[in-house]
Amino acid sequence: MTATPLERAERRKAWAFALPGLLWTGLFFLVPFAYMAMLSFWTRQGREVVATWTLDNYVAFFEKAHLFKGLVVSLEITAAVTVISVLLAYPLAWIIAERVPKRWQRFALIMAILPFWTSYVVRSYSWLLVLSKGGVVNQALLWTGLLSEPLELSANRTGTIIGFVHFFVMLLTLTIYANLIQLSPNYRRAAADLGANAFQTFWHVVLPLTLPGIMVGAFLTFVLCIGDYITPQILGGNNELVLPQVIMLQLGRRADFPMAAALSLVLMVVVTLAYVACARWLKMERT
Amino acid sequence: MRRLTAALSALYAGLIYLFIFLPVVVLVLFSFQDGTLPVPPLNGLTLRWYEAVLSDGKLMAALGNSLLVAVLSSALACLLGFLAAYAFARYRLPASALLRGLLVAPMTVSTLIIGLGLLSVLNVTGLRLSLVTVGIGHVVINLPLCFAVIYASMGGHQVNIERAARDLGAKDWQVMALVTAPMLMPSILAAFFLSVTFSWDEFIVAFLLSRFDVTLPVEIWSMLRSGLDPKTNAVGSLVFLVSVAFLLVMELAVFRKSGRSS
Repeated sequence: MTATPLERAERRKAWAFALPGLLWTGLFFLVPFAYMAMLSFWTRQGREVVATWTLDNYVAFFEKAHLFKGLVVSLEITAAVTVISVLLAYPLAWIIAERVPKRWQRFALIMAILPFWTSYVVRSYSWLLVLSKGGVVNQALLWTGLLSEPLELSANRTGTIIGFVHFFVMLLTLTIYANLIQLSPNYRRAAADLGANAFQTFWHVVLPLTLPGIMVGAFLTFVLCIGDYITPQILGGNNELVLPQVIMLQLGRRADFPMAAALSLVLMVVVTLAYVACARWLKMERT
Repeated sequence: MRRLTAALSALYAGLIYLFIFLPVVVLVLFSFQDGTLPVPPLNGLTLRWYEAVLSDGKLMAALGNSLLVAVLSSALACLLGFLAAYAFARYRLPASALLRGLLVAPMTVSTLIIGLGLLSVLNVTGLRLSLVTVGIGHVVINLPLCFAVIYASMGGHQVNIERAARDLGAKDWQVMALVTAPMLMPSILAAFFLSVTFSWDEFIVAFLLSRFDVTLPVEIWSMLRSGLDPKTNAVGSLVFLVSVAFLLVMELAVFRKSGRSS
């Protein structure tokens, strides 16, 4: 099939429109990414990168405890954050969707995500004000006499998890609310007609129907949480580093780009695995 | 029973709202602290930390840099996104699905990895880190979003209007600039404002790809090294205030209007 001159002219035009965007993504995303993948199989001497192919960086990741532990800590924190955030956000989303009058729902939702609009760095810093030894929570507890010693709430895993949960409760409230509001009231009416009480309706009808939405929200939480550097850096202290912190550490004084690249690829593989698992589960749900 | 669930619901919602608002309230409250530590007890109220912020040349420069990078990179991301969306919605291109996948791919990758990749390539090319490199990174992050939002709003019903314009003698660029773009303005504006918000708040790429001129989040980051400081509270409160004002304007100007017209 040969294209007529008119078709060829049209096609040239289409390419002219699409190319700037494609080139930008190719040049500033695809090329750097490919380069980083290559870099992860190279090594360095002093501060210079040497292009000799080797698996050393990946071997080192599995053999050196301080590198591998980064992934373990990341996975543990991310799992905890995802579960806690879903458990805290679901009831709130449900209350806003079911208990708050229709015309106040939008307002309730906007209020639930208002602190989103503080800058990310500032939000973690604010939690430091709340959680540190002299912070609001400890001062209040000491003042009431419930405690005699301040709790260790920041500069450790607890601080990181609280900071993360705060962010993701807001995000998940939004996505779960969107899910709940889409459910047709007919399901609930049918369940009630068949004699289900409020709890049974929720447990056997509403919850299963919103499960796919929860999974998508949980996946989003997982991806954003495991790739984040700011919250653990500000709230987590120096004893337990998560993978992004370990990556950034390679860039610091050591300037070990090949190692940082290898660790980044490990991070990407973990995210991809989570994506595949999530997509599989969703497909199973649908059939 | 009904009253009990209502009471429990209210209690639960109250507790979670408290959790959500606690850090922001503490941040704003202690930005007025008359002392050098932004933690209890509150010694008295003062505006001197705000004065300190507004007279801090480095912070104000960072604020200007942030605005500049956010507006320019978002405008470029919108332009590239709009052109690409037009091409994929109005013409048949080979491997269309694959190329569209490429355009949205950066959305699926952590910004840390995007920044790291750009940094290692820039190191090789010897290009100096500046606000321009930060802007390049922000366009990479925001282009997928702009493309997806604008592409999704390019329906078939606008094709006939574009065809009519062409029949009346409009050239391609005239159709695009005078017919298509105005019809899609609500979603273009939505994409633009979303991009501005992301760019404004983005830290890791800006941190990795800047050197002497930095954006506001990076400058605030370097303030954190000195520990708890009411001045940081004041900056944070100002950013929050500006963002909420921006949100209000967006809600009133863009989304209300687009909601009404559709």
